[in-house]
Formats: sequence, structure tokens, C-alpha cells
Amino acid sequence: MSLASTQSVAEIKARNKQLIDEVLKVYPEKTAKRRAKHLNVHEVGRSDCGVKSNLKSIPGVMTIRGCAYAGSKGVVWGPIKDMIHISHGPVGCGQYSWGSRRNYYVGTTGIDTFGTMQFTSDFQEKDIVFGGDKKLVKVIDEIQDLFPLSRGITIQSECPIGLIGDDIEAVSRAKSKEYGGKTIVPVRCEGFRGVSQSLGHHIANDAVRDWVFDKITPEAERRFESTPYDVAIIGDYNIGGDAWSSRILLEEMGLRVIAQWSGDGSLAELEATPKAKLNILHCYRSMNYISRHMEEKFGIPWCEYNFFGPSKIVESLRKIAAFFDDKIKEGAERVISKYQPLMDAVIAKYRPRLEGKSVMLFVGGLRPRHVIGAYEDLGMVVVGTGYEFGHNDDYQRTAQHYVKDGTLIYDDVTGYEFERFVEKIQPDLVGSGIKEKYVFQKMGVPFRQMHSWDYSGPYHGYDGFAIFARDMDMAINSPIWKKTRAPWKDAPRPTLMAAE
Amino acid sequence: MTQNAENVLDHFELFRGPEYQQMLANKRALFENAHDPAEVERIREWAKTPEYREKNFAREELTINPAKACQPLGAVFASVGFESTLPFVHGSQGCVAYYRSHLSRHFKEPTSCVSSSMTEDAAVFGGLNNMIDGLANSYNMYKPKMIAVSTTCMAEVIGDDLNAFIKTSKEKGSVPSEFDVPFAHTPAFVGSHVTGYDNALKGIIEHFWDGKAGSEPKLERQPNEKINFIGGFDGYTVGNIREIKRIFELMGIEYTILADNSDVFDTPTDGEFRMYDGGTTLKDAANAIHAKATVSMQQYCTEKTLPFIEAHGQQVVAFNHPVGVSATDDFLMTLSRITGKAIPTGLEQERGRLVDAMADSSAHLHGKKFAIYGDPDLCYGLAGFLLELGAEPTHVLSTNGTKAWEEKMQALFASSQFGQECHAYPGRDLWHMRSLLFTEPVDFLIGNTYGKYLERDTGTPLIRIGFPVFDRHHHHRYPVWGYQGGMNVLVKILDRIFEEMDKNTNVVGKTDYSFDIIR
Repeated sequence: MSLASTQSVAEIKARNKQLIDEVLKVYPEKTAKRRAKHLNVHEVGRSDCGVKSNLKSIPGVMTIRGCAYAGSKGVVWGPIKDMIHISHGPVGCGQYSWGSRRNYYVGTTGIDTFGTMQFTSDFQEKDIVFGGDKKLVKVIDEIQDLFPLSRGITIQSECPIGLIGDDIEAVSRAKSKEYGGKTIVPVRCEGFRGVSQSLGHHIANDAVRDWVFDKITPEAERRFESTPYDVAIIGDYNIGGDAWSSRILLEEMGLRVIAQWSGDGSLAELEATPKAKLNILHCYRSMNYISRHMEEKFGIPWCEYNFFGPSKIVESLRKIAAFFDDKIKEGAERVISKYQPLMDAVIAKYRPRLEGKSVMLFVGGLRPRHVIGAYEDLGMVVVGTGYEFGHNDDYQRTAQHYVKDGTLIYDDVTGYEFERFVEKIQPDLVGSGIKEKYVFQKMGVPFRQMHSWDYSGPYHGYDGFAIFARDMDMAINSPIWKKTRAPWKDAPRPTLMAAE
Repeated sequence: MTQNAENVLDHFELFRGPEYQQMLANKRALFENAHDPAEVERIREWAKTPEYREKNFAREELTINPAKACQPLGAVFASVGFESTLPFVHGSQGCVAYYRSHLSRHFKEPTSCVSSSMTEDAAVFGGLNNMIDGLANSYNMYKPKMIAVSTTCMAEVIGDDLNAFIKTSKEKGSVPSEFDVPFAHTPAFVGSHVTGYDNALKGIIEHFWDGKAGSEPKLERQPNEKINFIGGFDGYTVGNIREIKRIFELMGIEYTILADNSDVFDTPTDGEFRMYDGGTTLKDAANAIHAKATVSMQQYCTEKTLPFIEAHGQQVVAFNHPVGVSATDDFLMTLSRITGKAIPTGLEQERGRLVDAMADSSAHLHGKKFAIYGDPDLCYGLAGFLLELGAEPTHVLSTNGTKAWEEKMQALFASSQFGQECHAYPGRDLWHMRSLLFTEPVDFLIGNTYGKYLERDTGTPLIRIGFPVFDRHHHHRYPVWGYQGGMNVLVKILDRIFEEMDKNTNVVGKTDYSFDIIR
């Protein structure tokens, strides 16, 4: 049992404030002043978490954040399976992001789908000196030659592209024309832009708007006949199959999912989305931009939902159904009742093992708030949370709908802060990423990767919740955590009596 | 509904259920604008042909599934091998997130490294302020004994001058003036991670030996009997360096391992997170100048470092990731020659045991064809071992291999009757390898985790040796160097051969007459 659950809220708040003061002491004055704005103890009733966010990370502190390229290629565009995404620049970016996000898809890789491949222009010194546009032309020609079934190409800019003044837009236009209007999308997601992955999401969203929506052909229009129940899943990357275990529920309630953005998604699905009756948005952070655009331009309403854990799933199914007629509303109730026995069984099995356990989170996108309900369904309590690249609207949603009074909030946490917080709070579980996993496990604290589901999943939907519950139990109640200290370390020191 | 609480189904089985299969089929049919399955099949078959191979090999600018990473990854790998050293990569921060993830996914260990978090304004004005603030923050927070600076391509493109920036930072009080901040420019658009290893290591040695960027007099070499050892970029660094230490100790050689990251990538789980552990002490790094000789296990990881050391008066010798009997013989005899120490009977017995094992199993290896890909030295070492097993390393491919490497490989092939049909492919990628495997099939493929896509597509069984290996655990703890390392490699290869043999002979009443109990 962690310290957190044995203390009153007032005690917890005092401890957390003291903890913040302590960690700030390590910094030079200027840095301490800046970091202080990102750390807080949540006060119930406030409209946000009282932290600054979406500001530059401080040099040298070991931020956990990535870059705009990661936000565009790694998150938004990468999962579109029937397009080829060129990591344009030196070899590394594409190499490190190759296949590691677990965006599941179905297709014949290398022939009609390309998700788990690494296409790069592999810049050499001469490309930096003389520019890379000619190279890009050739790269596109070679793709066209070797991968005739690709539906389109995106150009994911790495840092040098914007610095050397390449005109990837001109190349894209010319090549698209040459290849009969083939979709070729230049994306200006150089890693130095913005302060985190977040600007990369925005840039990627804008690229869909400018280079897909604005160029939809009559042929693509004709592909599609609408029904009154058409929805698009926006902001689900199908990690471990998340979008599939979500889609099945929407279809069971009578809706027709016409597009997945972008997990297991295709170019045709992007093109069809302006015909949706409702866009349902899971990862608000990475895809609110395109949802707002479709609302303005095509009049498509959008609603946020949360498919982590039965409480939020029920709430979300009803919220989505409210946009439709009674048939769908009844459908939602039918789905809820259908899965109730499964949820009862999962909770009956796992809640007793997890009741009262505390969790600290630090993730990106939607998860620092969205998974809180799922933990609470299992009787667990989230005692600290923070966003890698959240904005104030994320912290507002967190404060208004999710966190408890006294929760420790840390925005763009540094390695040092996170270690000290966990060391002092001693939660029963930490949920964060691969860079953090082994740090905390060394400390003897159970850990789950909450970006990749630690190679498990799906965690979305009812089917996913069963896996989530099993995984949290497996992490926290693994017998290994009782063995981190050598038994002789705890034993009383042997006296010298025997020898004397 | 297939999910249930008693037996929770993972993604492996969940999506194979009829509800999901129907759902996915509908998605494909109605919304994906999928190609006609017959057309997909036609292209799939076409991509296996010699005609496709020709097109594929005619590629000039497009790289598909390369087997190499970029320079700073190697720089970080080398830097963490020094006592309490924090790697500091000057440039965009996302790169550092990538290096840390990449190394942690392979070693299943934390990787500590910081970035100077340069953004648009730094792109315009240069990253000096990022360096000044960054060094101060890192120094205060993580209490390193040394900060080793390298660069991302962003800082290289805008031309930041590390030497000047570090000097200015020290003047501004970011770190004490005597604090060690070696540096190396590591542009991602030159070479690969092995180049970055080389540059970073040279930068650190140069710092200690040549007067710490002009702040101290250069060290004067006073030769002693010690041997410096450099492992190079190596996914097996944990097992290998420990094995090398054991060998040095058996031979009674005094040694300094440079960039010894064998402990920091293998810290215990005992309640304490060690951000730093083990590593070459800074004192040893400086005193390494006095050594009699420096031995590099990987020529292509030390192309600049070794000449630098040689210029300071030491003997230098480079190997190519020696694996197996003859390569290890050569390694040990070279050590013996340089140090005058005899090779002890213990090692001779280990040699005999490896030869014994190879003799016992040779029938299963003789004449088998292999494809190998990886870093240039690793390829050479593995190819050499296969040749002495009577196997044929038919295709040997190295994305970061050069023309000179190709010549060296071809000379190796020419030296053996089993190498006559073998070819080296420098600068090629795994999509080239795919064509090779379709048009000139081999029995087994040796490579890193990404080889699993080739195994799936071509049916060539993969033996995982290389970096990164993300999808098998703990192999980095076992050496591949020394006679014992050779034994590990042999067993790894044999295990896969026998598994395949069993898999191909287990159909009841059809093929299982060959499902032998003794092999």
C-alpha cells in the first residue's frame, strides 16, 4: 500500500507542495523559475491544473519529449497504410521510428500496404550542400517504379529540409501532375519546429486539409454513398488494435464507421471523411485541428469520447448516440447491456487485487487523463499525472473531468523530477514510456508502458479493458517485486558473539 | 463476443475471432478502395522476379529498410562508457528521445542522455544559448563527472562551433572551467552510427591527451606495458566486454577498456536506479596515452580513432569483429605478440572445446547457404566463422559498408573454397536483400530484428545476431567474442537449424519418418 492512500488530502497536498519545492532546488535559479510554472498540486474546483504548458523545453534537463517529425510521421501520417511515407533527410529519424508504435493494420506489406517499412532519402553531405530536391524527384520516381500499388506518397521533412531551403511543395506538385494526379503530400514537420510532437500533429492535420481534402477528385467522390449513420473515428492510432476494439462497438450500436484516422487507415478513408455525419474524436490533442476544420468547412459536428474502462465507455456510447435517432440510442443501450456481464466478471476478478493501489502517469496525447477512469473502475487511484506535450485545453479537461483534489501535476516533466516524485510518493505503479520504464523498474516500482501498451493491447473498448485489467494486475502483483532486495540486506547484522 | 475474464485474449487471438474478421473484411471491401486481390497477388509475385531485382538494384536515391542508424546514436553509445558521463547532444531534442528509446529497446535498460533542445530561434541565431543553459542545467541536476557533447544534423547544418560554444559556456560559468566537456561533431548525413562512435571516442581521447581544448598542456606519453581495448559499436557489449576482461585477466595483461559501457547497460534491479555505473575512469582515459598498444575489435568503428592513437606513438591493431576459431586465434596471438604474455592453457582448452563442438555439429552446417547483413565488421566476423564451419555466406550485405569493405570481404571469400559463390553488397539495404533472397535463395538469414520481415516474406529462417534486437530478450548478455563467444554463436545457429529440421519433418504420416529423436 502506497503512502498516498494512507494520508488525508490536506497531508497529501502539503507533501506534494514540499516535493515540488525540493525538486526545484536542484536547478540554477533561472531554470527553477521556469520549471516552477509547470509543477502544481491540483485544487478541486479549479478550471485547469494551474500549470503552464506547450512551452519550450529547457536545454539539458532530460525532457521526455520528441519532435514535430515524430508527431507527423510517427503519429498522424505513419499509420495511413496504403501510402508511402518518405522520411526525407538523414537516415536516423526514420530508423528510430520504424515499426515501434505498433499501429496495427491488415495488408500485404511491401505490395499494397507499407506501414512497417522505412523509406528514406538517406541524405548525404552533397544533398545538404546542393539541396535535396533533385534527389526527391528521383526518390518519387523510384517509388512509383517499384511500388505501383501505392495510393500516395507523403514527404516527412527532417530538420535539414527547412534549413537548406528545399522546395518540397514544388516537387510534390510537379510529380503529382506527372503521375496523373497521384496524391503527394509535402509535410513541413522538421524536428526543430515548435516545442514538441504537438506542432507536428498540427502541421500533419493541415497537410491533410491542403493536400488531400482540397484535391478530392470526382472519382473519389463517386466511390462513396452516404447513410445517415456514417461516422469517422478520429485520433485512434490502432495501437495493438485499439481502433478495431472501438470500431466493433460503434458498428454493433448501428453506426457505420467510414474512416479510421489514422490507425489501419487508408487514403480513401481520409477522402471519404467529409461525408461523415459525425466525427468522433479520441485523441483530442493530435486531431482536434482537422475536426474543427471539418466542422467549419463541411458542417460536420464532432464529439470527444473515451473508450478506456467501462464507466467512460458507457458515458461515451450514450454521448455519441445522442447525436442520432432512437435506433442508435437503443443500439447503444443494447451494446452496454451485452458487455455488462464481461465487465462485471473482469472487475470481480481484478478489482480485489488492485483496490487502493496508486498510479503515477506521464504520457502524451490523451492518456494522462483518459486512462484515469479505467484505473478507477479497478479501484485504483491516480495520484500524479502530466502531459508530455499537452496544451492548456488538455489541462482544463483534466481538471474538470478527471483528477482528484491534491493530485500532483507535472508538465513536460524532467527525468530528475519524475525520479524524485516517484521515489518520495512510492506509487504502486508508474505508467509512462520506454525511456522511463527501466529507470523505475530498477527502483523496484512496477511499470507499464502507456504509449505502446508494453507490446500488449488493445486497451480501448470492452475487449481492451479486459486486457488492460489483466496487464495492470500482472505488473503490480508480479512476484518479482518482492525480490528486489537481497534477503541478507534486511537481516540483522550478524554479531561477533559466535566468534568470540 | 470472444473476450472473457477467465482467459483474457490478447491481440494475437482476439482479432482472429469471426466478429472481428467480418468487420475487417467489410472495412476493406467498403471503405479502403483496396486493389483487386488478383492484382495484389500479381504484383507480389512480380516483386519476387529477377526483373524486379534488376529494377530494385537500379535504385539510386531511394533507400528502403536500411540496416544502419545515424552518427549521434554511436556517439551516445560510446559516451556512456565513461565514468559518470552524461552524453549531451547539441541540436533538436526529438533526436535524443529517439536514441534513448532505441538503445533501451535493445538492452532493456535505461539510457541517460540530454539534449540542448534547439528550436526555430536557435536555427536562426545559432544554439549558443542552448549550450550555455543546457550545460549548466545538466551539470547541476545530474552531477556528472564529464559531459560528452555531440551534435544532431540540425546543429551541423547551421554550423554551430562546439569548441567555441563550450569555451564560452565555461566563461559564462555553466560548468567549472576545469570540468571535462569533450566534444565531437557527428553529422547524421555522413557515415552511420559506427562513424559517430569513432568520432565521439576520438573526441574524448583527444580531450584528455591533447590538452583539453588548449586549456592544459598536452600529455606526454611515458610508455608502459598496458593495452588499450576498444570494442566499437556492439549490441553484445555487455557480454563481450566482460568476456574480454576475463581473457585479459587469464593472460595476465594489464589493460584499459576504452568506452566500457558493459555495466551501465546491465545494472541490477535492487531498488536503486544507477544513472551511471562502471565505465572507463577519466583517469584511465587520460593514462591510456601511455599504453604500449591499442587494440580495436572493429576496424570500421575506429577509422579515425586508431590513426590518432598511432600518431601518439602507440602500436595499433584492428580486427573485424572476430568470431570463431581462427579469428580468435589471431586476436589472442596478436595480444601475445604485443605483450609478450603466453596464451594460457585455460584458453587453449576453451579453443579445443570450440573445435570439438564444431566437429560434432559440422555435418549440419557444411554446405549450408547463409545471407548475412549488419555493420561492416560484424558481417566480416560472421562470414569468417561460417567459412570455417564449411558453410557458405552467399550474400553479405552492409548498408554502412564501403567499397573498401567490399574488397576486403571479397578477399575473404577468395581465401576459402566455401567462399567461391559468395558476394558482398556494400551500401545496399534490406529491400535489396529481399530481392537477393527471392532470386538466389539461401538456407538461413543472419541479421537484426528487422530481418523478421524478410523471414516472413521470403520464408528464409532468421537467426538474430546484430543490432538492434528488440524482439528477443537478453542475448546481449552473452558474448560472441572469444572461444566461448564462438560457442554461443554456434549454438544459436544450430538451434535454428534443428528447429527448422523438426518443423519440416513433423507432418504425421507424411514427413515424420525423418522426425528423428537424435540429430
